[in-house]
Amino acid sequence: MERIGAEILIECLKEQGVDTVFGYPGGTVLDIYDALYRDGTINHVITAHEQGAAHAADGYARVTGKTGVVIATSGPGATNLVTGIATAFMDSIPVVAITGNVGINMLGRDSFQEIDITGITVPITKHNFIVKDVKDLAEIVREAFAIANTGRKGPVLIDILKNVQIAPAEYLPATPREMKHKPLPAEALKAAADALNGCERPIVMAGGGAIASNASEEIKMLAEKLNAPVVSTLMGLGAFPASHLLNLGMMGMHGTHAAAKACMESDCILAIGTRFSDRVALNRDKFAKDKTVIQIDIDDAEMGKNVAATHTVLGDVKEALKTLLPLLIPVKERAFAQKVTSYKTEEKKSAGISELGHKILTEAAKLAPKESVVVTDVGQHQMWTAQHYPIEKPRTICTSGGLGTMGYGFGAAIGAAFGSKKHVVLVTGDGSFNMNLNELSTAVTQNLPITILLMNNRALGMVRQWQKLFYGSRFSQTVVNKKTDYVKFAESFGAKGLRITKAEEVAPVLKEAFSTPSPVLVDCVISEDENVLPMIKPGQTYDTIITKWEDR
Amino acid sequence: MNQYTIAALVSNKSGVLTRVSSMFARRGYNIESISACKTEDPTLSRLTIVLNGDDYILEQMTKQMDKLIDVKKIKQVEEDAVYRELLLVKLKTDASKRSEIFELCQIFRAKIVDVSPETTMLELSGKPVKLDGFVNMLMPYGIIELARTGVTAISRGTKCIRDEADYKEKI
Repeated sequence: MERIGAEILIECLKEQGVDTVFGYPGGTVLDIYDALYRDGTINHVITAHEQGAAHAADGYARVTGKTGVVIATSGPGATNLVTGIATAFMDSIPVVAITGNVGINMLGRDSFQEIDITGITVPITKHNFIVKDVKDLAEIVREAFAIANTGRKGPVLIDILKNVQIAPAEYLPATPREMKHKPLPAEALKAAADALNGCERPIVMAGGGAIASNASEEIKMLAEKLNAPVVSTLMGLGAFPASHLLNLGMMGMHGTHAAAKACMESDCILAIGTRFSDRVALNRDKFAKDKTVIQIDIDDAEMGKNVAATHTVLGDVKEALKTLLPLLIPVKERAFAQKVTSYKTEEKKSAGISELGHKILTEAAKLAPKESVVVTDVGQHQMWTAQHYPIEKPRTICTSGGLGTMGYGFGAAIGAAFGSKKHVVLVTGDGSFNMNLNELSTAVTQNLPITILLMNNRALGMVRQWQKLFYGSRFSQTVVNKKTDYVKFAESFGAKGLRITKAEEVAPVLKEAFSTPSPVLVDCVISEDENVLPMIKPGQTYDTIITKWEDR
Repeated sequence: MNQYTIAALVSNKSGVLTRVSSMFARRGYNIESISACKTEDPTLSRLTIVLNGDDYILEQMTKQMDKLIDVKKIKQVEEDAVYRELLLVKLKTDASKRSEIFELCQIFRAKIVDVSPETTMLELSGKPVKLDGFVNMLMPYGIIELARTGVTAISRGTKCIRDEADYKEKI
C-alpha cells in the first residue's frame, strides 16, 4: 500500500514492537508527529528537554532490554540529544534516535535549524543514517533496530529529511529480523574450561555485557558450580544477586575492600562482558599480570584492549556460558571462596559515607516497594548507591558508567518508570539534580511513581573529594551553596516535597515517600564533608586501597 | 615503530571515508597514507591504509575498523604482496636539460606525459621506495608540482580479500 514517509516510519516502529517513544516536536518533525497523532497507538512521552528524552530512551532500554526510541527535531533538538546518545554509546545501550532535518532543496545551505547531526554523531553512534529518499526509509529503520540491538549494542541515529517524511512510497510490512548468535569457538571454550578447572583461586568478574546478554542465570550456575566468588563492575551490578553468599560486590576505584583483596589473591579471572576500563583496571599493566585471564566478550576489539587476556572467547556471553558450564568440574569446597567472602564482614566497619546518608540508602533499600528500579545520577551518591543499595536482579539499576553523565538520572528514571511499570527510586545529588531538574514537570504530568532521594550536601561532592585528595583542599567552584528550597521547588512543580535532616526522620519520611505512587522529592540534607571510600587512586594498584580517610 | 598496510572492502557510499578517518583521529592512530577506489563490485570500494605503529595498534585498528557497519572485509596485506603507487611530477626544464631527464626516465622506467617549452611532466608507478628514489634524483632540476596517489596493494596468488571472515558474521 502507498504511504507517506512519516507513516512508513510509524509502521516500521510498530513492526519492531515499539509501544513507547520519548521526544520533543519541532519544525522538521511535524509530519512525524502528525503521523503519530493520526495513528494513535504509540505512547509518546514529551519531556521538558530533548536531553531528558534521550536519557529516558536509554533508561527504558536498560530496564526492558528492548531498543529505546527518541525523536527530536533538527538543529538544537538534534544537538540536545548528543549527551544522551553518547551516554548510551559508552554503556552499549540499544537506542534508536530519530531526527528530522530540512528538505533536500534546503540541505547544505545553512538553512534555519539545519545541522549535520549525522556528522556530529559519527563517533558516538554504532552507526547512523541520513535518509534522502523515501524508498530507502523502511529498510533503514529496520536495519537501525537490528544494528542497535545486536552484537555489542549501542545507539543508532536516523536523520530523516523533511521531503522524505511527506513523499509517498510503497510500504510492504515486514517482521523484525531474527537475531541469532553464531556457534561459539569450541577450542577457545575448551581452553577456558581447562583453565578454570585447573586453577585454585578463580573469581568471576561480571560486567555490563552480562546484563546485555541476560546471562544472570548462567553466571549464578557457574559461580555455584565452581564455588567461585563474584565481583561486578558498576555496569555489571545486578548480574549476580547482591545477597548471594559468593557475591563480593563492586570492584574498582570505589569498589569493596573484599572485591579488591579477592582480585589480588586470585590466580584466575573469568571476565564476562567487561572492557577493563580505567575505573576497574586502574593500572592496566599491573592489574592481572600474574594471573590467568579468561575474557568472554562479543566485541573482538575489547580482547586485550586494556588488559592482556590468556584465553579469549568471542561471542555472546550467555551462549558462551551455556557451552562452558557442562565442561566445568564442580568444586564443593573452596578454601579461597571461604577466605575472601569472610572479608565482607570486615567491610562494614569502613565506610566514607556519613551515618545519615548510609542510613537513608540502606533504609530505602528495605522500605522501597518490591522490585523497585534504582536510578542514579553521577557523583558520590552514585558510588554510595552502588556500594550500599543491594541490587538483586539484572535490569533494576540504571546508572551512567562510561560517560559519567551528571543529569542522566531524571530522564533515565522517567524511561525506567515507563519500561518497568514499577516504582523507581532516583538517587541523585544536588549537583546532578540541578542539571536536569526540569524533568520533574514530565514526571508530574505523567504521574510517575518516582521517589527522588536528593543527597543534598550543597557541594559537588565527588570533585570536592578529589580537591581534598589531590589539590590541597582548595575547593574551587565545588561549594555551591544554592539557596534552593527543594521542598518548595517540588511543590511548585506539583510534586510532593519532603525533607530528612536527622536519623529519626529517615524511616517515617521514606515510608511516606514510598507509599506515594506519584513523584516525591526527598531533600536529604547531609553533611558537606562526605567521602566515598574505599578508594583506589587513578592509575594505582589494588593493594593501595584506602579504606579510612586518615590513610589517604 | 613499524609500518603496516591494511586493505579493506567498504560500502561504496558517501561518508564512509569520514567514518573511517574519524575513528582513526579519535583513537589517535598515526596514518601514513590512505587511498580509496572503486572496485569491480559497484556496491564496494577498496581502501588501502598505511599505518605507523606496533602490533597492538595494528590489531586494535583492524578490529575497530571491522566493527564499523560499512566495513565489510579487512585484512593486513602481506609483505610479499604487490605494492604500487603512482607519481606525477612536473619539472622546470628548458631544452638543454631535457635529454638528461630522458635518461633518468629510462633508468626508472618513467614516462614523459607532457612537455611544454619550460616544463616536463613525468609519470612513474612502482613501490613507494622507488618513487622516493626517483623524486630525490629529480630534486636538483626544480620540482614545480608533485602528486602521489598513496600506495595500493593486492596479495599474490589465489588469496583474495573477499575470502576473509567478516567479524560481524562471526558473532
